[in-house]
Amino acid sequence: MPRQKSDRQNVVEFAGVGVRYGYGPEILQDIEFSLPAGSFHFLTGSSGAGKSSLLRLMYLAQKPSRGRVGLFGMDTGTARRYQLPALRRRIGVVFQDFRLLDHLSAMDNVALPLRVAGAPESDVKRFVPDLLSWVGLADHLHAKPPTLSGGQQQRVAIARAVISRPDLLLADEPTGNVDDQIAMRLIYLFEELNKLGTTVVVATHNQSLVSRLNYPQMRLADGRLHYV
Amino acid sequence: MGILDRRSDLPLKGDASSLYLPWLIAPMVFLSAVALAGAFILNGLITRWDRDVSGTMTVEVSTSPGDAAESAEPTRKRVEQVLKLLDGTPGIASARALSHEQLVALMAPWLGTSDVLRDLPLPALIDVTLKPDAEINIEGLSQKIAKTVPGASLDDHRRWLDRLIVLSRSIEWLAVGVVTLICVATAATVYYATRTGMAIHREVIEVLHVIGAADAYIAQQFAHRAFILGLKGGLLGLALTLPILGGIAFGAHKMQGGFLADLSLPMTGVLAVLALPFAAALLAMLTARIAAHGALARMP
Repeated sequence: MPRQKSDRQNVVEFAGVGVRYGYGPEILQDIEFSLPAGSFHFLTGSSGAGKSSLLRLMYLAQKPSRGRVGLFGMDTGTARRYQLPALRRRIGVVFQDFRLLDHLSAMDNVALPLRVAGAPESDVKRFVPDLLSWVGLADHLHAKPPTLSGGQQQRVAIARAVISRPDLLLADEPTGNVDDQIAMRLIYLFEELNKLGTTVVVATHNQSLVSRLNYPQMRLADGRLHYV
Repeated sequence: MGILDRRSDLPLKGDASSLYLPWLIAPMVFLSAVALAGAFILNGLITRWDRDVSGTMTVEVSTSPGDAAESAEPTRKRVEQVLKLLDGTPGIASARALSHEQLVALMAPWLGTSDVLRDLPLPALIDVTLKPDAEINIEGLSQKIAKTVPGASLDDHRRWLDRLIVLSRSIEWLAVGVVTLICVATAATVYYATRTGMAIHREVIEVLHVIGAADAYIAQQFAHRAFILGLKGGLLGLALTLPILGGIAFGAHKMQGGFLADLSLPMTGVLAVLALPFAAALLAMLTARIAAHGALARMP
């Protein structure tokens, strides 16, 4: 999808953000950071450190218990409900568990962001098969997710996240189920998007991947965010 | 892609939470159709009764003593007395005594047309037509007739008609109440089915939300599904109703000429009954939309 390149404002701004579930302890405390437009970051941390919760805050699936979350210059805490879909359409998300819709074909899954945004079917037919071919799924356009392998499902999930050329791409363990060759191919896709202006955050356990690529790393430990 | 097979991002087809909806809506539409048809038929009946007796009165002249042959002449004279009196009364357009054959025909629906009836000493009836907008002192005229011709009485039909109208209107309101209750029950069923469906598909809804679907986009899919199921149930309910209405029409046809003559459903009633499946579908659609919006508003 054609898109205007983002300006250099901060795409994400967290100030004094804390998250707790129920009456439990805060799993994220005093999170403060900002992501400039066009930046590429890795988000690391051990299992249960709160990486997924931090990503959920960024893709607006969760509200913080305290603090301010800003996206594209808008305070999401004071944004009106009708303004949120437009914000979300600027964000591409790759879920750790893929979250593909099992009753839809790979093509329809990838087409979802376009259809939700009201794009014409001609765009769907033009962009979706090309992207699925690019991620190596040209022969699986009409396959339903349950018939695909874990790696194939992951590639469909990634294609869905990038089809609308988002301003912000959030990927939760996007290379967890693919071999190194496919993993690097997917990372190259993220880098291509990044070069075009997309801000990218990749949450991963894969330290070899992090060390191979020279991008800043945000590390979550003890509920706090540390820059590495 | 037609309205019935529109693409849905949510796997609502064959959903256990709403699969039974048509089977619940069908009896609702059936009951509504019967109540509505009853109300329309009753309304038509009242209107006809009212129209038929407005501007008319009946004078009943009891038979003179003796058997049929003996009493005929005295009765005829008394009838003529009444006709003369009515003729000189301002506001009366015409007064006409019914023939014996006409009296027998009036009694036929109840007593048949056997020869026994022909020999019965039936009271004479005078059909009185009033001038339009005539203001007549009914009470005074009634007393005058009774005084001039003993055994004659004036009936302006209002007393029994008023009671019938009150009864009929009560039944009509009862029908309206029944239809309202059915609408509430249908809406409640659809509401909870939609909320259950949303709980079942919460994860899919979350994904749609995350990729930027507005509440209206998601609610519309539930509303569309409810419309289809409502229409299916409505058409099934209508199919159940048609034999009943056909039976009433057949019965009415058999009773033609009687007191409850013409029990047929007026055209407005036919249209209202035929519109019920679509009304049920619209009600289901609106309810599902409201239910979905309510649940979505509580999501982040």
